[in-house]
Amino acid sequence: MNFRHAKTFLLGAIALGFLASLLAAKINPYWLFILYDIGISIIMAVSLNLINGYTGQFSLGHAGFMAVGAYTSAVITNQFGDLNFFAANGIFAVALLAGGLAAALAGLLVGIPSLRLRGDYLAIVTLGFGEIIRVILQNMDQVGGARGLSVMHGWTNLFWTFGLAAVTVYVVASLVNSTYGRGFIAVHDDEVAAEAMGINTTKYKVTAFVIGAFFAGLAGGLYAHSKQFLTPGGFSFMLSITFVVMVILGGMGNTVGVILAAILLTLLPEGLRMLSGIEHLPGFTAERPLGWIGDTRMIIYSLLLIVLMLTRPQGLFSLKKSFAKK
Amino acid sequence: MSALLQLEKTTIRFGGLTAVSELDLQIGRGELVGLIGPNGAGKTTAFNLITGVYQPTSGAINFDGQSTVGRKPYQITQRGIARTFQNIRLFPSLNVFDNVRAVFHLHLHGDVRHALWRGKGYHAEEKSVADRVLELLEIFQLGKFRDEPAKSLSYGDQRRLEIVRALAAQPKLLLLDEPAAGMNATEKVELTRLIRFIKDKFQISILLVEHDMKLVMEICERIAVLDYGVKIAEGKPDEVRANPKVITAYLGD
Repeated sequence: MNFRHAKTFLLGAIALGFLASLLAAKINPYWLFILYDIGISIIMAVSLNLINGYTGQFSLGHAGFMAVGAYTSAVITNQFGDLNFFAANGIFAVALLAGGLAAALAGLLVGIPSLRLRGDYLAIVTLGFGEIIRVILQNMDQVGGARGLSVMHGWTNLFWTFGLAAVTVYVVASLVNSTYGRGFIAVHDDEVAAEAMGINTTKYKVTAFVIGAFFAGLAGGLYAHSKQFLTPGGFSFMLSITFVVMVILGGMGNTVGVILAAILLTLLPEGLRMLSGIEHLPGFTAERPLGWIGDTRMIIYSLLLIVLMLTRPQGLFSLKKSFAKK
Repeated sequence: MSALLQLEKTTIRFGGLTAVSELDLQIGRGELVGLIGPNGAGKTTAFNLITGVYQPTSGAINFDGQSTVGRKPYQITQRGIARTFQNIRLFPSLNVFDNVRAVFHLHLHGDVRHALWRGKGYHAEEKSVADRVLELLEIFQLGKFRDEPAKSLSYGDQRRLEIVRALAAQPKLLLLDEPAAGMNATEKVELTRLIRFIKDKFQISILLVEHDMKLVMEICERIAVLDYGVKIAEGKPDEVRANPKVITAYLGD
């Protein structure tokens, strides 16, 4: 990604999100929620890409960071009753930020073992971390435990979702395209050589974890105030895997590819669901001729992933030189 | 003026094995020193001690007036020791330009905030980094490959790029770990010229670990010989060549 017009991109995307949120009332709510999901997936996948793709630290705990952000922000906004437009958005901003910071703190905690572990060992540690978060939440009665937590306010809108997605893309892309940020890729490529070139690999890894976790926390806040109901089970490691798949499918360390993969993988199950819901098709006599897709939807989804990985192992949207940009 | 690098009775043991034993070694400013020895003599271990990959069991290592014992490799690089690797270790997913540019973070004034704000200062600094990287690449005739992935270069060019990358750290001491390994005769002649050129142009000290006797004898001002972790000889190339201990170590008695 040529990121010379970074600020133009950022302001443009935020303005666009703002305009879109004004039109939200005209959008079918079903699609509106899918749009939120897409924005949240983009934030999750792009921030995970900083950790897994650019820095090469295989993390399986991204849903854990998301859970921390979701619960933190929800607990804060649940303290308030009905508020006017400005107060609501102000409180929401503070709650989102708090969720992000709480997740960043968790990222710092997971970052510490990552100093010594590599590859599959680190993956196991982050997996364990995600599960610990889930189990803790499950046993915390203050946030509903296994019964879940109702979130009173549905404050998530297109402005927040896509504004924050734009901020995520801006931060990650600015970072890795800077001279400072080339260090992340150096750590990914060869830790020993990076260290010998004066790169504090520990600091870079922790930085990647903390920034990645911060944005996952923000995404969690958006998720909480869009679904308005949280259960610990919703943040299982299967959710982490979903984001890992987005990163791999998009091409590790390729921000544009990862964004496209996040959109595609969020739309795919919905698209298959819609196909199965079609009442009549010309040439078919039976009602709902594609109904079988509904039953086998997840199998088709999984099969598509297998086929994509076999045919495009470098990532669906990966260009020849993913990092080799000035 | 004291020596730039000074090893005093530096020893490292791995369990029962003493890989380097009471090694005394001095490298003066602007000096080109060779470190040779048969396979397994402890040359690379000595390298790893100097660069902080290993910590000595006992003894002292001083660089530029300060002890480097207990320092991490990246801290030692920041103080002015840069190295290359026996088996080339470039950053494969970065292009030639970025391989060198990644090292320039050492000379940045701004940090993360700088990169995120992307203000005037950031762009000015990135521009100056790019200029300096290109200048360095041009000196070593690698400018034309700037957008190529590092892995696509020829073996000799990769070696050169690794040296350029080490020089980007602006070291006072450059450590070259078997730079001639895997090179043919023509490339070795080229390498000899290159090492001389670096020493003159950048006015730095160089420590060279090398198997190729001809190359070492030709360019080094002083040579230290290791055998089984012990320094058995040190002196001018001619003296070392004539030293019976060295001949025994290499050829057996």
